[in-house]
Amino acid sequence: MARNDFPAGLVLDAHKAQALREPVVEVPPPRYVALALDQGSGSEAEPVVPVGASVRLGTIVARPSDPFAAVLHAPVSGRVAAIEVRETAAAGGLGRCMVIENDGGDTRDEALQPCLDYAATPPDELIARLREAGIAGLGGAAFPTATKLATARERDARRLLLNGAECEPWICCDDALMRSSAGDVVLGAKILMHALAAESCVIAIEDDKPEAIAAVGTAARDLGASVTVTAIPAVYPQGAERQLVTTIFGDEVPARGLPADIGVTCQNVSTAAAVARWARTGEPCTSRVVTVTGSGVARPRNVLARIGTPLSALIEAAGGYRGEPLRLITGGNMTGRAAPSDELGLTKAMNCVLAATFADLDARLVAQELPCIRCGDCATVCPAALLPQQLHRAALAGDAAGLLRFGIWDCIDCGCCDFVCPSQIPLAWRFREARRDLRAQEAAAEKAAAARERFERRERRLQDAAAAEQCVLDAVRQQARANAGTPATPPTDRAE
Amino acid sequence: MRFDTSPAPHVIAGYSVPRVMFQVLLALIPAAVVHVAFLGPGLLLQAAAACVTALVCEAGALRWRGRDAAPALRDGSVLVTAVLLAFSLTPLLPWWLTVLGTACAVLLGKHVFGGLGQNPFNPAMVGYAVLLVSFPVEMTRWPVPLDAGAAHGWEDLASLSLACFYGGGNPAAWDGYTGATALDAIRNGLDMRYTMSELLDRHDIAGAFGARGFQWVNLAALAGGIYLLARGIIRWHIPVAVLAGLLVPAFIARALDPGANLGPLVQAFSGATMLAAFFIATDPVSAATSDRGRLWYGAGIGLITWTIRTWGGYPDGFAFAVLLMNLAAPLIDRYTIPRIYGHPRE
Amino acid sequence: MSIEVVLVACAVAFALALALGLALGWAASRLTPATGRLVEQIDALLPQTQCGQCLYPGCRPYAAAIANGEADINRCPPGGEATVRALAALLDREAQPLDPQYGASKGAVVAWIDEERCIGCARCLPACPVDAIVGAARYTHTVISAQCTGCELCLPPCPVDCIVLRPAPAASWRASLHRAA
Repeated sequence: MARNDFPAGLVLDAHKAQALREPVVEVPPPRYVALALDQGSGSEAEPVVPVGASVRLGTIVARPSDPFAAVLHAPVSGRVAAIEVRETAAAGGLGRCMVIENDGGDTRDEALQPCLDYAATPPDELIARLREAGIAGLGGAAFPTATKLATARERDARRLLLNGAECEPWICCDDALMRSSAGDVVLGAKILMHALAAESCVIAIEDDKPEAIAAVGTAARDLGASVTVTAIPAVYPQGAERQLVTTIFGDEVPARGLPADIGVTCQNVSTAAAVARWARTGEPCTSRVVTVTGSGVARPRNVLARIGTPLSALIEAAGGYRGEPLRLITGGNMTGRAAPSDELGLTKAMNCVLAATFADLDARLVAQELPCIRCGDCATVCPAALLPQQLHRAALAGDAAGLLRFGIWDCIDCGCCDFVCPSQIPLAWRFREARRDLRAQEAAAEKAAAARERFERRERRLQDAAAAEQCVLDAVRQQARANAGTPATPPTDRAE
Repeated sequence: MRFDTSPAPHVIAGYSVPRVMFQVLLALIPAAVVHVAFLGPGLLLQAAAACVTALVCEAGALRWRGRDAAPALRDGSVLVTAVLLAFSLTPLLPWWLTVLGTACAVLLGKHVFGGLGQNPFNPAMVGYAVLLVSFPVEMTRWPVPLDAGAAHGWEDLASLSLACFYGGGNPAAWDGYTGATALDAIRNGLDMRYTMSELLDRHDIAGAFGARGFQWVNLAALAGGIYLLARGIIRWHIPVAVLAGLLVPAFIARALDPGANLGPLVQAFSGATMLAAFFIATDPVSAATSDRGRLWYGAGIGLITWTIRTWGGYPDGFAFAVLLMNLAAPLIDRYTIPRIYGHPRE
Repeated sequence: MSIEVVLVACAVAFALALALGLALGWAASRLTPATGRLVEQIDALLPQTQCGQCLYPGCRPYAAAIANGEADINRCPPGGEATVRALAALLDREAQPLDPQYGASKGAVVAWIDEERCIGCARCLPACPVDAIVGAARYTHTVISAQCTGCELCLPPCPVDCIVLRPAPAASWRASLHRAA
């Protein structure tokens, strides 16, 4: 039933069945939570409570300094034990975290208010309340939902697309959520439609999730929502935002642009469910469903856990470690970040914790890089229609112009090219480093341009000053010559 | 508990260069069997000499460049070069010419440019071109295929191949066993003012659907090529384009002047057509990059081959066609960059 | 093959080579871009530290000197090897190692004034080529780190040696490109 064929991508082994066999279980709130101030969007929020302060469940503990981070709430009641730099899953491996000790009471903050009458709330106010509730994209980017909705309203993006694709292997938290809380997903869709003044909504789900498709379809009928459930082929990376928009609506998202530019707003189904839960109970974004899986855990399953829960507690809820896990990956096996330890706290961006053993990693561990043989398999699978082999050559040569020409900034970092390369070149990693270096180069070039301007301005200032001084000297000399030929008269004007 | 923090993706398909090379060699087996059946075991002697030379040259070159030789020898790419060169050479070539050609192919065609993945030219064709231009007599002495109705049998061809391999020259005793290839004979015949139908009627030149002997080799190579397509080792763009570039002009020329031109069927199943289309032109390193570029690249090879076969000085033009299009590949790449997702269509 | 044929062939080849060589020479002299634009292109590759270590008063005079052929391309320590390579690529020349008599590459540094020791003499202010020091006579001075190019010209004038160089704040996860064989 997909509108358009997905031209590239891969069909991967899903590894989702094992975690879906067990029902979603709630992890008891841990003794302490480690809240990363950067929940995954790349921007840190600023703490608004000091160390030692007493907080309740739902108290706002950090506020963003720019529109790219979400408001952070305490997921447990207790005392702020520390605000310190710790290991996190963010780029660089370290980030500031707020550690809150759980007092066990789970006392709710009185300020929390549900929003049952959302249809009567003006959209701008609704968006402001969603901002205060800290709802962020739970599909993996942790982008503040309110910011996305505000941008969408600015650009009049009235087509709502809920992303239930979940294309990456191992991750199945959205599938589990759709099966157990389809009503919340549809309610969330209705609330978001109201916020956007949208008339209709498409919920895209991959066709390897028939139970989820049925559950959401039933809920849509029961709640009388004008949502269409569309099944799409299970191809990786169908769930990537731009590619999904093109599959459902046919238009391409312009390069360097947003789906809002073509009138579409895309939200993950878990985000929609979080919006619904907030509207029903007033609960801000303080917990999420996570898949805990991999051959390295005894009983893979999906769990509902508080944000900030140490990953070790999640592993325990899945029966503890089994065998010798080599990597603890936050995310799926194609784009997930390997965490340095299991003491990291759960963030809004983590949709999966994958304890990977030798068997799961297999060929990756023994990969030997050879030179590129220009076979072109990478270009065949690239969902952004790039030529990864040309990008690779440009990256090795440090050729910034080449990188730009072949679209380094259009790369969605899906890892498909890396997967198929017969020379086993770590392409995705190489492109990440190339982007890093390009950014550093651009920053250096900007700094140099600013220095050049300041230097030139200073030169001009010094020249003007010297010229002005010269004028004064000339005037004085002229005056002196004039005085030599006439009787002494008091000077009438003196140039200063 | 602490863990390894390597970057994503954490899984790969496990494809490898040795696997690709092995599949190519596998796909050449039918063609090799047919080749040996109709033209004697000379191919095996040539292939052995070429492979040994190739491995020695590759190891030597890598050592000289200060690189680790073992991984390069394991990847099998130089063996494919050697085997393809052996297919292109006549089975009656003296061993020292094979060694010379292979050394040129590996050293001048590959390592001078930086090794695996860096050569702008197809290494096997570089070796072949050097030999063809320098030793035209030895390179155009082919055995008369066994289906041409000649008196000799397979054992005779075997003795001939061995004798020539060890530098037996061309003693008068072997006179009836060797000759030009079908394409060569047709060209000479046209020069002597025979018509095409007269030439194709001669059973020592043309068979049911192509050149004597070579029609079966080409058929086997076609089978091997289809196997590679099915396994995804090669993509269809280059082979289809090469065949189209060769056969469409052949069809038109035959329609216009049947007396002087070969038809597409005979063109397709003589000389090294299928081998070139599926195995030689598809060398990824020296070909164009994008699918659209590869269509132009393949079409150019086919067209140039047809031109050389019809008007040029050499009977089979694939080597020069491939080398010329290798020269053109960077230019083709420049103009066939595919449109990136999200960029405007222009 | 008679001797006349050989001689004719040689003569033709020689004449062709002569004609093509002259044509190339003419093209090289007439069709090369004008020097004016070249100075801009060279200046764009220099780091704009304006430190004078190359013995020219600023980056632009050095760029002009390179364009005129008066100076070699390996005199810029703040630019380092990367700048030498970029200049070599632009000018189609051989990249050489940095000339040590013009200084050594130190990595990105910024100046920092120890405010406890600054006496407010204002001697460092005119020394800065990009006006990155703020202050006035008898007021403590400070360096605007974001504008400081690390040229070190403010260090000599300071009578109490209160200016030190510190590593410039860089992106926390800078990794160098891994160059495969």
